[in-house]
Amino acid sequence: MTDASAPPLALRLRNLSKTFSGVHALEHVDFEVRAGEVHCLAGENGCGKSTLIKVVTGVHAPDPGAEIEIFGARQSAITPTHARAMGIAVIWQDLALFPHMSVAENIAFDTMVGARPRLVRRRRDRKAAAAVLDRLGERLDLDAPLNTLPIAQRQIVAIARALMGEARLVFMDEPTASLTQSETDGLLAVVRTLSEQGVAVVFVSHRLAEVLDIAERVTVLRDGKLVGVFPTEGMTQARLGELMTGSLLSHEVMAHDRSGEPAVLEVEGLSLAGKVEDVSLTVRRGEVVGLTGLIGAGRTELAHAIIGMMRPDRGTVRLDGKAIAPKNIREAIHAGIAYVSEDRLSLGLIQPQSIEDNTVIAVLDKILDAVGLISPTRKRAMVSEWISELAVKIGHPSDPVSSLSGGNQQRVVLAKWLATEPRLLILDSPTVGVDVGARAGIFRTVRRLAEAGLAILMISDEVTEVVMNADRVLHMAGGRIVGEYDPRTTDVATMEERVYA
Amino acid sequence: MRRLVAGYPVEVRLLAVLVALCIGLSLTTDTFLTLGNITSLLNNNAVNLIWAVGLLVVLIAGGIDISFAVAASVVQYLSAQVFMVVEGNWIFGILVASAFGLCLGLINAALIHGFRVVSIVITIATFNAYFGLLMFFTKGRNIYDLPDWWTDRIYIFEHQAADGTWSELNLSVGIMLVCVVLTALLIRATTIGRQLYAMGDNPDGARRAGVNIWLMHCVAYGWLGVMAGIAGLCQVNIAQEVVPNALYGRELEVLAAVVLGGARLGGGRGTVLGCILGVLFIAITQNGLNLLGISPFAFQMIIGTAILIAISSSNLSFNFRPRRRAAEGRLP
Repeated sequence: MTDASAPPLALRLRNLSKTFSGVHALEHVDFEVRAGEVHCLAGENGCGKSTLIKVVTGVHAPDPGAEIEIFGARQSAITPTHARAMGIAVIWQDLALFPHMSVAENIAFDTMVGARPRLVRRRRDRKAAAAVLDRLGERLDLDAPLNTLPIAQRQIVAIARALMGEARLVFMDEPTASLTQSETDGLLAVVRTLSEQGVAVVFVSHRLAEVLDIAERVTVLRDGKLVGVFPTEGMTQARLGELMTGSLLSHEVMAHDRSGEPAVLEVEGLSLAGKVEDVSLTVRRGEVVGLTGLIGAGRTELAHAIIGMMRPDRGTVRLDGKAIAPKNIREAIHAGIAYVSEDRLSLGLIQPQSIEDNTVIAVLDKILDAVGLISPTRKRAMVSEWISELAVKIGHPSDPVSSLSGGNQQRVVLAKWLATEPRLLILDSPTVGVDVGARAGIFRTVRRLAEAGLAILMISDEVTEVVMNADRVLHMAGGRIVGEYDPRTTDVATMEERVYA
Repeated sequence: MRRLVAGYPVEVRLLAVLVALCIGLSLTTDTFLTLGNITSLLNNNAVNLIWAVGLLVVLIAGGIDISFAVAASVVQYLSAQVFMVVEGNWIFGILVASAFGLCLGLINAALIHGFRVVSIVITIATFNAYFGLLMFFTKGRNIYDLPDWWTDRIYIFEHQAADGTWSELNLSVGIMLVCVVLTALLIRATTIGRQLYAMGDNPDGARRAGVNIWLMHCVAYGWLGVMAGIAGLCQVNIAQEVVPNALYGRELEVLAAVVLGGARLGGGRGTVLGCILGVLFIAITQNGLNLLGISPFAFQMIIGTAILIAISSSNLSFNFRPRRRAAEGRLP
């Protein structure tokens, strides 16, 4: 019997285990979500979060012995249709929407599936879609094709679609991974609206700050096992990170004074019409300079202007005191600049190809033998050097890159660019979509590379990240550098206020 | 109106080109804009358009089919065997041809779905298999001995001009209109049609939404099979004989027309209007070259160029605003 004063449960899992060919993805996990609650499911990649979602939504069947109760009703077997009928909806990270169909059709799509074929009721679907958007307090053009909408609005469409099916329990898998700060705030407001309307939301996110902001309770999983359920009241990011990784993460400011070192990159009066205005900056040997600001502040454009992907209108770029004006990325590499783009998965790596092939792709001319063919020995030597240098966890160098976790893929991208032996490394949003443990690994690598003398320009829209890991922080807004901060004397909160204002 | 132009850029552009083409031909020749020329254009292209709308359904669903024209030949041959034994008429004929076509379409669907092989590979295989079997069993011989109801001309429209020449529309044009309307209804107005678009647009998303992928494959390839069968039936009425290799190679002409009309290889985009415009564009270009007395060899070249321009221009987009960051901020 349940306590009469306790709120009713939307979901109750007891002793949930799931084994995939002998490997435990989940082991004896208990999990509870109250009706109308915002509950966070936290853990590193591979901790079993997705498996849990897939069991509840009927994609995978649990191992025998598990008890599943949905809205108080005991379930023996769940199928996807059954789960939807009970009011469970998942908003997948890729949203699973249809880019060429209209907003209204996307929202109403599930009503067309599964039932007997019939005529499309356009007017009714449109009205229903409008009503659902109204409930969320959102206004979208119902007839616009989905692919004309920004990602943040597509999220809204996905949420509306879930609500269209009368969802009472919504799982959101990393909904904010590709959103900017202000878009994230908008999304969190929508999540609160849902919760007020009695819809329980299970929120999966790597961004601990927003987890603590939105959720009432957080369930932490590690290696498929339950670590515990904690109220977010009084929880800190550092503590949550420790619970997730099981190890103490360093949360000290790492900044050093490098003002005595020679300058590697000197930018003077760089301008790019409408994007970058009269920017001057210096990055010294062994120095990590953080560049932060809102999306659209011109951070990425500045990087593109430095490496020649966009032609600056005015200004000079000097590398080691020598003026350079690369016309394309090839010339920039040749001059000694490596640029790691923000979208590592789709753009940085050739997914189906092997780890070794990806590592050497930018330096093929360095591993040629006397006849001009690729030398397997030189290739192997170069690959093993970088894999050990960056501590990439891999099975075999000939495995496809797609077999690696996000954090390790990021390291392969780094290896690929470091193999060009750059003088300056530009990292654009290196931690987007990367979990806490892997982030720490990336920053350790960055620090080590700096210690070895590399000059690093690190772009990020997370203020905490740059303050913790850079030697100097530059704040960019409206295409200009509007402030410079020393992390040792700057408070993260005041800085955040200034940047996000 | 602006939404229409923005939502269907290829169709709108093609319509503009087509109108220009027609005006140009009306001014430069005195034969183009005559009832006789227009009715014969329609008669000659009814078969292509029936195929085109069938193929459109497959393209929307994210597949492709190379085998339909040869399948139509197979249907002609099989139907001829049936009509030799059973007394028939057009209703019965359409039922028989649809049934044979459906079976051939479902074979494609079953192979594509069952073996999870991309549709182009499977349909190249069935294209060769169907054609090989057909040539083997017919030994390449034509069939002239066909029932009268099949080869007799039936006109749904007749008109005698003042100078005594006749213009008329064949039954196939009527059948074509029915096929076009039914296809438009299927893909626009039914939940099945919307699921076809969804499957072509985002296959993974459709699967996760619970769309019955097997059923959708059957609908798409089955529909094209039925259209192929009906078109085969009509083509015999026009040609008055069954020639086993008469339709070989027509599939690429139809594919070109559908792609010109804005259907996206890869799925999720395409309209019946686009199909009609695509078929008309090819037909009128050919017709115009004839009337202008230009070498027929120029035709293929012009169609090739038109496809290049149509496809690449839909990627270019004709506004000269600076491109978005997303488009250019891409690194190797």
